[in-house]
Amino acid sequence: MQVPAPFDYERANTVEEAIALLDRGGGSARLVAGGHSLLPMMKLRLARPETLVDINALTDLDYIRVEGNEIAIGATTRHHAVLDSAVLAEHYRIFAEAERVIADPLVRNRGTVGGSMCQADPAEDLSAVFSALRAVAVIRSGSGTRSVPVRGFHVGPYETVVGDAEILVEVRVPIRSGTGSAYEKVERRAGDYAVAAVGAFVQLDAAGAVADVGIGLTAVGAEHFTCEEAEVSLRGTPPSEEAIARAAATCAERCNPRADQRGPVDYKRHLVGVLVRRALTRSTASASREVG
Amino acid sequence: MTTTQPPMTDAGSADDEPRSPAGNPIGFGRMLRKEDARFLRGQGHYVDDVALPGMLHGAVLRSPFAHARVVSIDTSGADAYPGVRAVITGKILETLNLAWMPTLSGDVTAVLATDKVRFQGQEVAFVVAESEYIARDALELIDVQYDPLPAIVDAKRALDPQAPVIRDDLEGRTDNHIYDWEAGDAAACDEAFAKADVVVSEDIIYPRVHPAPMETCGSVANMDKVTGKLTVWTTTQAPHAHRTVYALVAGLPEHKIQIISPDIGGGFGNKVGIYPGYVLSIVGSIITGAPVKWMEDRSENLMSTSFARDYHMHGEIAATREGKILALRVNVLADHGAFNGVAQPTKFPAGFFHIFTGSYDYPAAHCKVTAVYTNKALGGVAYACSFRITEAAYFVERMVDCLAFELQMDPAELRMKNLLRPEQFPYTTPTGWVYDSGNYPRALQEAMRIAGYEELRKEQADRRSAASRPDADPSAPLMGIGLSFFTEGVGAGPRKHMDILGLGMADGCELRVHPTGKAQLRLSVQTQGQGHETTFAQIVSHIIGIPPEDIEVLHGDTDNTPFGLGTYGSRSTPVSGAAAAVAAQRIKEKARVVAAAALECSVDDLEWEHGRWFVKGDPEKGKTMAEIAMAAHSSLELPAGVEGHLDASVVYDPPNLTYPFGAYICVVDVDPQTGVVKVRRFIAVDDCGPRINPMIVEGQIHGGLADGIGMALMEVMAFDTEGNHLGGSFMDYLLPTSMECPSWELGMTVTPSPHHPIGVKGVGESATVGSPAAVVNAILDALQIRQADMPFTPAMTWRALQGRAMRPDLAIE
Amino acid sequence: MEISVRVNGSHTEADVEPRLLLVHYLRETLGLTGTHWGCDTSNCGACTVLLDGVPVKSCTVLAVMAEGHDVTTVEGLAKGDALDPVQRGFMEEHGLQCGFCTPGMMLTARALLNGNADPDEKSIREAISGNLCRCTGYENIVRAVRWAVEHSAADETEEAAV
Repeated sequence: MQVPAPFDYERANTVEEAIALLDRGGGSARLVAGGHSLLPMMKLRLARPETLVDINALTDLDYIRVEGNEIAIGATTRHHAVLDSAVLAEHYRIFAEAERVIADPLVRNRGTVGGSMCQADPAEDLSAVFSALRAVAVIRSGSGTRSVPVRGFHVGPYETVVGDAEILVEVRVPIRSGTGSAYEKVERRAGDYAVAAVGAFVQLDAAGAVADVGIGLTAVGAEHFTCEEAEVSLRGTPPSEEAIARAAATCAERCNPRADQRGPVDYKRHLVGVLVRRALTRSTASASREVG
Repeated sequence: MTTTQPPMTDAGSADDEPRSPAGNPIGFGRMLRKEDARFLRGQGHYVDDVALPGMLHGAVLRSPFAHARVVSIDTSGADAYPGVRAVITGKILETLNLAWMPTLSGDVTAVLATDKVRFQGQEVAFVVAESEYIARDALELIDVQYDPLPAIVDAKRALDPQAPVIRDDLEGRTDNHIYDWEAGDAAACDEAFAKADVVVSEDIIYPRVHPAPMETCGSVANMDKVTGKLTVWTTTQAPHAHRTVYALVAGLPEHKIQIISPDIGGGFGNKVGIYPGYVLSIVGSIITGAPVKWMEDRSENLMSTSFARDYHMHGEIAATREGKILALRVNVLADHGAFNGVAQPTKFPAGFFHIFTGSYDYPAAHCKVTAVYTNKALGGVAYACSFRITEAAYFVERMVDCLAFELQMDPAELRMKNLLRPEQFPYTTPTGWVYDSGNYPRALQEAMRIAGYEELRKEQADRRSAASRPDADPSAPLMGIGLSFFTEGVGAGPRKHMDILGLGMADGCELRVHPTGKAQLRLSVQTQGQGHETTFAQIVSHIIGIPPEDIEVLHGDTDNTPFGLGTYGSRSTPVSGAAAAVAAQRIKEKARVVAAAALECSVDDLEWEHGRWFVKGDPEKGKTMAEIAMAAHSSLELPAGVEGHLDASVVYDPPNLTYPFGAYICVVDVDPQTGVVKVRRFIAVDDCGPRINPMIVEGQIHGGLADGIGMALMEVMAFDTEGNHLGGSFMDYLLPTSMECPSWELGMTVTPSPHHPIGVKGVGESATVGSPAAVVNAILDALQIRQADMPFTPAMTWRALQGRAMRPDLAIE
Repeated sequence: MEISVRVNGSHTEADVEPRLLLVHYLRETLGLTGTHWGCDTSNCGACTVLLDGVPVKSCTVLAVMAEGHDVTTVEGLAKGDALDPVQRGFMEEHGLQCGFCTPGMMLTARALLNGNADPDEKSIREAISGNLCRCTGYENIVRAVRWAVEHSAADETEEAAV
């Protein structure tokens, strides 16, 4: 089997300890929680941190709870907890729908929300989900806490705004009444990364028009995993088939998929159009049931 | 290759067999597996479980380039790394005359590269160290300078005039051509095509795929300097063949080589050949004086061990407008990779591909196979291919569907019109195969009955008319129904026609009944999950009537088993099973002689009832096999010329192959907007003759059907223009999971083989042979297009639906 | 570094490199070779063990991460001579052929049944979707788990007939 190169290992029991260890590492230390993004890369020797800081003991970052009009999800929350969460199921079905098709059940038992977000894989489903919901990432360092909208969290493939001596501690999702949400993913096989995937929420006003909408695009090179132009085109309008189709076409045009063995560019663009339509249509239908 | 002997025992019904004290059938029937006891407790003993005192670990450095000159190799960094005991390069092997070794096809392949590397992943150096972790660290410290060359990965370009010559190590080589091989009658075909009402031409690719057993390949080699004995635990489906080859290649005395194949975690043809890693572990042990373990990782397995298929076929089928097939011909471009290392009988360089005429009755056929070198790993015959019968069956079943498409005829109706009839057996095909027995129409009817074929076609018609309405839902799934009817030829084979590297494909078997009536059966074949420890006990049990729990099956250790060519091509039951049956029959006859001596009567006075010889008309007066065994070992006086004990040793030379067959039906639903294919149902009717253990037969079929899903929907090894392997891990070489496989619906018919001692035919590869075409035919039926290549990933399906199908074997751009 | 891990109910300890994978701690350090491995990219699931009762891929867990935790391997499934109903189900329904994926598959099934005493076929297939098998086509594995479901309450204390 392929195995990692040697490294030093530290265990952090508190967030402060974790930050201190990162600081000491001077950029060559990496946090590890579930490890299902980092350890495979280390086995292939594509990643070679000198020090791993194990934060699996930070169980006080393992939570999903309502705080005011937000849902707060702690960074060491495992994927399976997101999948099974009654709180999330009540407000946003997009989470369960996305988690069901993230990796496989065994990986979901270890992988964490924070780990996935900080890995920043362009095909990371949760990145699109949080982006669609316009969530906020909460980052802590030695000098305090800062909040960054998820739509400003990713700098590029595998790169985020989290600094060398910082730790993502939480992601906060606004609660919206009268909302429906959905996740649509096409994969070559169960457990594979997305060929393309789309997450969306639609909030309807009393008149049945779109009060708010969020669209998240996975694996298609969309800036910040979204398409704001398409969202703008829908806000304030009735969610007709035509309006949804136009938004879908905009998403398809604006994204930037790359050809690979999952598919050529024209197919991926086409898929974005199809999946945006489906996600928005289903979100609208369940929002109607909420409002009605 | 005609058959003469009738089967020696009545095939019998599984329900007829009496039960033993443990509740097992004394013979054929459903019986739980004896080998499960250790596997369920995690006490299986696989090669990576072997741990010897002082054992070292090896790791292979591999080429990142598909084609490059090796300018220099500097191992000084690795040599100096703490814990490293040896670093071996091609130059060192050259001094031992081991830098190259013969393949199973009359070519040579590099053990470690010397002049050039010829595929991405080719072996370049070998590190032996105190732990696997240290060996892997040391690999990174070896500095190799390469001078990259243009790579050929598209078989269709391999014979271009300006293509770089890959095998410039072979004297006089000026191109990448390996061989041309033909079978059939080209002139008869020309005539038939000229007269035909309908001719359909099609290009069909069977892409490069990989057997990918869950356990990778590996070996533990221990050269004991004091005794001069070399023991190698290794993942091999053919331990005796490996031993002989090591003796021939390395010049080691064969009686001092012991190959032990312990439990094997799946073979599927991946574990037939000798890989450089095995040789390197042996050399490592000789150099260091310690045992050396080498276990490849998964990417090594996928990138360098025997791939399967990679056949580019141009086919033509000729028929009357009523749908009577007149002729079938095909030109094949066979991509063999950088070395010709396929494993098949010597006289058949394209394996059994010329069985491509399939299950139908028509007089003219011709095939020409042109094999070429490319900058990819060697192999081609693997993944349950039955020596290229997977390619042949896929080809003919696709061509028949293309014909059905052209004639706008139901594919079941077209097949029924052309299937061979039972009275035509034994049937000699246009390319010389003699099919032993079969009732093909009955199998197809049974499959259609189980599937509810008429209802399915009605449902499809309803859906299609709904889809053509103006208010139709554009996302409504497209329903497809696909058929596949295959004839397999297994159990290679008669030694006058079939040898591998000059070793005839006859297999031995030894049966010993101990004084207390328990038995040991020693086999030359090697199970990798097929259940031989149970089924072979059942064969012996069926004939001599002692319970299967009283028969121990031994295999895998060349010091303790008779010679044979191993398990692949579904040959264990047809060949070794026959040997076991013949040995058991001899034991039964010898027992009669001993019983007569003990009962002081003539052998003609004795009658047999299961497990016991008794005096005709005086049933109380008899001897059980246990009593006979004790008597045979006692001081009982035996007739002149009859030796004591109760043993038999047989080498079985099969008179012909056996021909299992089947009819498969697949139902799919395709999302027209995304291209996602869901397999709704899969119906498989198989005929492998009588079933020794129906539970095990069904398990074999289930596994092969999953292979069909895999190849039809997701498995492929593609390459980019630089020769980079795009399927080098399980992230990209996708195997089907429990989610893609439906609940299989099985049926059966039973047509015994007239020449096999117990009428059985072998079944291990049938489902892998027959299933891909059923799935692909279903998908194309759904899309209502004539041809596109698998795998039907969502992208491939969608593009096919758009009329812009993509090639599966190249990088998607 | 020194670690101690409870494996199949017993205390184990060793001095290991941080990079030692849990699968190697089990196989090489402890000699429990029932846990297998089949890939490099955390896809195949052959290495599945239970970590505090939860099925995980032991090739993607560092041994040092298991410090202070409970690990169950296939060797810990049976209670003495009595096979777990899951093991018996695999036997009765021919849920294994080469046996290589089997330990991981059975532990995933065991964890499933611990949380859901009566999963339907769909739930079983989802639960094992991270465990690859190349031999069985999954059909008999699903039947094996259903056998265990149907024979769990009554037969829990029966001795194995094997």
